[in-house]
Amino acid sequence: MNRRTLRRAAVPATLFIALGLTACGGGNEEESGGGDSALSGEVLVDGSSTVQPLTAAAGEFFAEEEPQVNVSVGTSGTGGGFEVFCQGETDISNASRPIKDEEAALCEENGIEFTELQVATDALTVVVSADNDFIDCLTTAELATLWGPDAEGTVSTWNQVNPEFPAEEIELYGPGTDSGTFDYFTDEINGEEGVSRTDYNASEDDNVIVQGVSGSANALGYFGYTYFEENAEALKAVEIDSGEGCVAPSAETAQDGTYTPLARPLFIYVSNTAASEKPEVKAFVDFYATNDDRIAEAAQYIPLNDEQRGELESAASSIG
Amino acid sequence: MATIGQLATRPLKAQGNSEKSPASMVFLVALWVAVTFAILTLVILLVTSFMDALPRLDGGLFTNYSSQVSPETAGARAAIIGSLWVIGATAIMAIPLGIAAAIYLEEFANPVRWYNRLIEVNLQNLAAVPAIVYGMLTAGLALTIGLRRGVVLAGAIALALLILPVIIITTREALRSVPAEIRQGSLALGATQLQTVWRQTLPSAVPGIATGTILALSRALGEAAPLLLLGGLVFIRYDPDGLFSGFTTLPIQIFNWAGQPQVEFQEVAAAAIIVLLGMLLLMNALAIVIRNRFQRRW
Repeated sequence: MNRRTLRRAAVPATLFIALGLTACGGGNEEESGGGDSALSGEVLVDGSSTVQPLTAAAGEFFAEEEPQVNVSVGTSGTGGGFEVFCQGETDISNASRPIKDEEAALCEENGIEFTELQVATDALTVVVSADNDFIDCLTTAELATLWGPDAEGTVSTWNQVNPEFPAEEIELYGPGTDSGTFDYFTDEINGEEGVSRTDYNASEDDNVIVQGVSGSANALGYFGYTYFEENAEALKAVEIDSGEGCVAPSAETAQDGTYTPLARPLFIYVSNTAASEKPEVKAFVDFYATNDDRIAEAAQYIPLNDEQRGELESAASSIG
Repeated sequence: MATIGQLATRPLKAQGNSEKSPASMVFLVALWVAVTFAILTLVILLVTSFMDALPRLDGGLFTNYSSQVSPETAGARAAIIGSLWVIGATAIMAIPLGIAAAIYLEEFANPVRWYNRLIEVNLQNLAAVPAIVYGMLTAGLALTIGLRRGVVLAGAIALALLILPVIIITTREALRSVPAEIRQGSLALGATQLQTVWRQTLPSAVPGIATGTILALSRALGEAAPLLLLGGLVFIRYDPDGLFSGFTTLPIQIFNWAGQPQVEFQEVAAAAIIVLLGMLLLMNALAIVIRNRFQRRW
């Protein structure tokens, strides 16, 4: 082959390589041909990245029973998830807070009826470094002093929060304003959603908060319970006193309701329309409700208590 | 390819030992410090990623799906196949369109016409638009034409829009570097303008076009922001198998894994980074091979 033909060949060859790449997909559809299962199709889930591990675990367990059903989960965030959910693009929306009125109005406008299901509990955990020897328990008032919008630029040493604390500089870490965790924390502690001091180290990646807090004895941060559990040797969970004594975050205190106000419910929203039109969606939701304990455990969240579990199962069976 | 270091030292060395003024020595040292710092950072980043990834760089990474139930077996299979689908579809849309647009602008368009000047200005600006804007644009487009977001086609449209200006600009550069004598010779021998472009100019410009195109595709391969905005999935346990299939790509999967609390996910994220790096190096190597193989000097 001479150079000219080679050069000529290069144009189609470049295209061909590109085409060839796409052909690599395919195959494997029959990999796990389920015996007696009749269902097939797709269950589309989007929404909160906090709830994503739960629904992903549910999808994984569900695939053992119904291998022909593809459950896929996206993480557009609670708000972003509701936006596509209310346009009918997804079947289920993960949410780390209840749906807002304006979001529900959008759903109504598009004729999407939905059912709210609480699937697990998360304990928002306030953490300090394992090296911190002066904080074991904080009252909600002290947390408000620390995180309130008025604290910005003024509350900078620990003795301003509590005179018994040393006059050491405060280092704060927390989630960014897009996070549902931020919304919930500010709502419960500062009294209004989204209102917080802004002079703290904000990160959307909770692992960055773990790094920051564990690195300094004077640092404090907050995030979901799972991140504390995974890093329990480097961090210390602060007990919270909301007026009835100090309570440490744990599965038990979150379940029995004594860990207040930072235990928060995690939801999935199911489109009734999708559940009645697509049997695989209905089957998935039923499976989710009946296997919720196993799912919560696999995703390392706090399972529901008996009362909540009863509510979940009855609400799930009434769909569709 | 000359490294920054070679480029920096070559002219200084060429002056020989006689002209070593203190200022030039200081400058040389400063350049070396800059280069060393950049390379050292890169090396540390690569080595730490590689160390984290080591326990997970096995067959399971390529054959397993992501797993929430047992993170220690999570693999990047869906993400790798998803990346190939999206990049393939992006290439099919962006390359022919980009090359055709470049040929029109370079060989046929009258540069004095206002509409050609308008296109010209916009092209330069579009190349500098942040990636996320293309994601938003595509989300709006998908809504208008009734295409579901979060499917391969939507992702590919966003990435194709993203790299289209880059392909057009590099292709025009490649066409411009073909000597005018080649075109004039061809035209003088009676070839039409179309024949000249197709048989002379375009084949001569292939090395430049291929290099630019592959580098543009590499950029698209590493892009996560517009796809996240389009609802690229983070958890799927099936192979994406068509333009309307849901998908995840390597950057999206890495982003999701890296943010999970479990250390197993962070390890597999590091392993996926190595895979992505391997794919990018492969594509860039291909670009270099094509350029060296077909390059021609006049």
